[in-house]
Amino acid sequence: MPSLKDLKNRIESVKSTRKITKAMQMVAAAKLRRAQEAAEESRPYAERFNAVMAGLAASVGDSDSAPKLLSGTGSDQVHLLVVMTAERGLCGGFNSNIAKLARTHADQLKAQGKTVKILTVGKKGRDAIKRDYADTFVGHVDLSEFKNVSYANAQDIAKGILARFDAAEFDVATIFYAKFVNVVSQIPTAQQIIPAAFEEVEGSEASTLYDYEPGEEEILADLLPKGVATAIFSALLENGASEQGARMSAMDNATRNAGEMIDKLTIEFNRSRQAVITNELIEIISGAEAL
Amino acid sequence: MADTMQFDLVSPERSLASLKVSAVQIPGADGDMTAMPDHAPTITTLRPGILKIDGPEGTAEYVVTGGFAEITGGAMSVLAEKAIPVAEMTRDQHEALVADARAAHDAAKEASEHPGLVDDAAKLLADMEAMGTHMSL
Repeated sequence: MPSLKDLKNRIESVKSTRKITKAMQMVAAAKLRRAQEAAEESRPYAERFNAVMAGLAASVGDSDSAPKLLSGTGSDQVHLLVVMTAERGLCGGFNSNIAKLARTHADQLKAQGKTVKILTVGKKGRDAIKRDYADTFVGHVDLSEFKNVSYANAQDIAKGILARFDAAEFDVATIFYAKFVNVVSQIPTAQQIIPAAFEEVEGSEASTLYDYEPGEEEILADLLPKGVATAIFSALLENGASEQGARMSAMDNATRNAGEMIDKLTIEFNRSRQAVITNELIEIISGAEAL
Repeated sequence: MADTMQFDLVSPERSLASLKVSAVQIPGADGDMTAMPDHAPTITTLRPGILKIDGPEGTAEYVVTGGFAEITGGAMSVLAEKAIPVAEMTRDQHEALVADARAAHDAAKEASEHPGLVDDAAKLLADMEAMGTHMSL
């Protein structure tokens, strides 16, 4: 049975924990709004980009001279997995869900006899992956010094990946990130970026015949590397929103749990205080009776 | 014939402009071109340069550093990697862009397996510098 003083200390400590989680929740809510705005503002660019690329890819895709970024290297032996996670923890299952998806993916590929290489973006993913896949780990991108990810960050990451591709270090690249659905739901997603895969555009727009200046293939060669950067940038933004959403709901739960714990401890505290009072009364009364 | 068309200027980070215009002059990779309503559908890549918008609400100028433009009869969208209104462009920003281009050029020269790449980088550098003279910075 803990003493009254112990109980009091515990209640105080849980109270201050609750204050911290509450504050973190509110900070996450504010950051989430900003992250969501950023994600929404980037959407028109990504959508149009993909629409144009899909059209181009459809018309050039089958020819022999199609760029390697689109048609692939002809083999799918070496896979590069780009695992994008947060720089910080305390956001529920966000980081571990992404890492888990990447891990199952890596194990599947290994079971098929493929070579797996892993590049991580974000410290938490590196920590989770490096332990089990130290031999396949090829690099890490640190974004911890950037408060808000910008397109320049995505370009840097893309440049690194493309340099590896040019050096024939891998055949297929896949990025892993969490797609933001809403505050309570973020879906870990795997998306293949090299060779590029575009969703088919439906409707009449795709059938418009464009003049291309310079030629279709030149444009495609110019745009494909940018497509990698664009895909990474949208993934970074989705991830940013997902991270804040996950943190917000995790901190909301933590705040609620702390409240419940405080209630329980307070009841226990009151009970033991009453027990002490009753004990003292019994001692006084029985002492008086003995006289 | 319509006298205006929808014009959108978007960068990866945000949408910069979305308005009705009567003509847009863009720095295409093969030379400047002006698009007016009912232009033939065209997709062109951009080189660094100045994009001029002419519309009922006056004119506007943006510095773009590459990207591409999609023109259809009634609409035009420019997807620029980086776009800055000319009025907000400072000498420092321009110098930073030129320095980036120069660094890319030097890097290409050093790894000069591919003469095409060096030429591309040199062209980029020249375009960046020319852009500064255009704006008389």
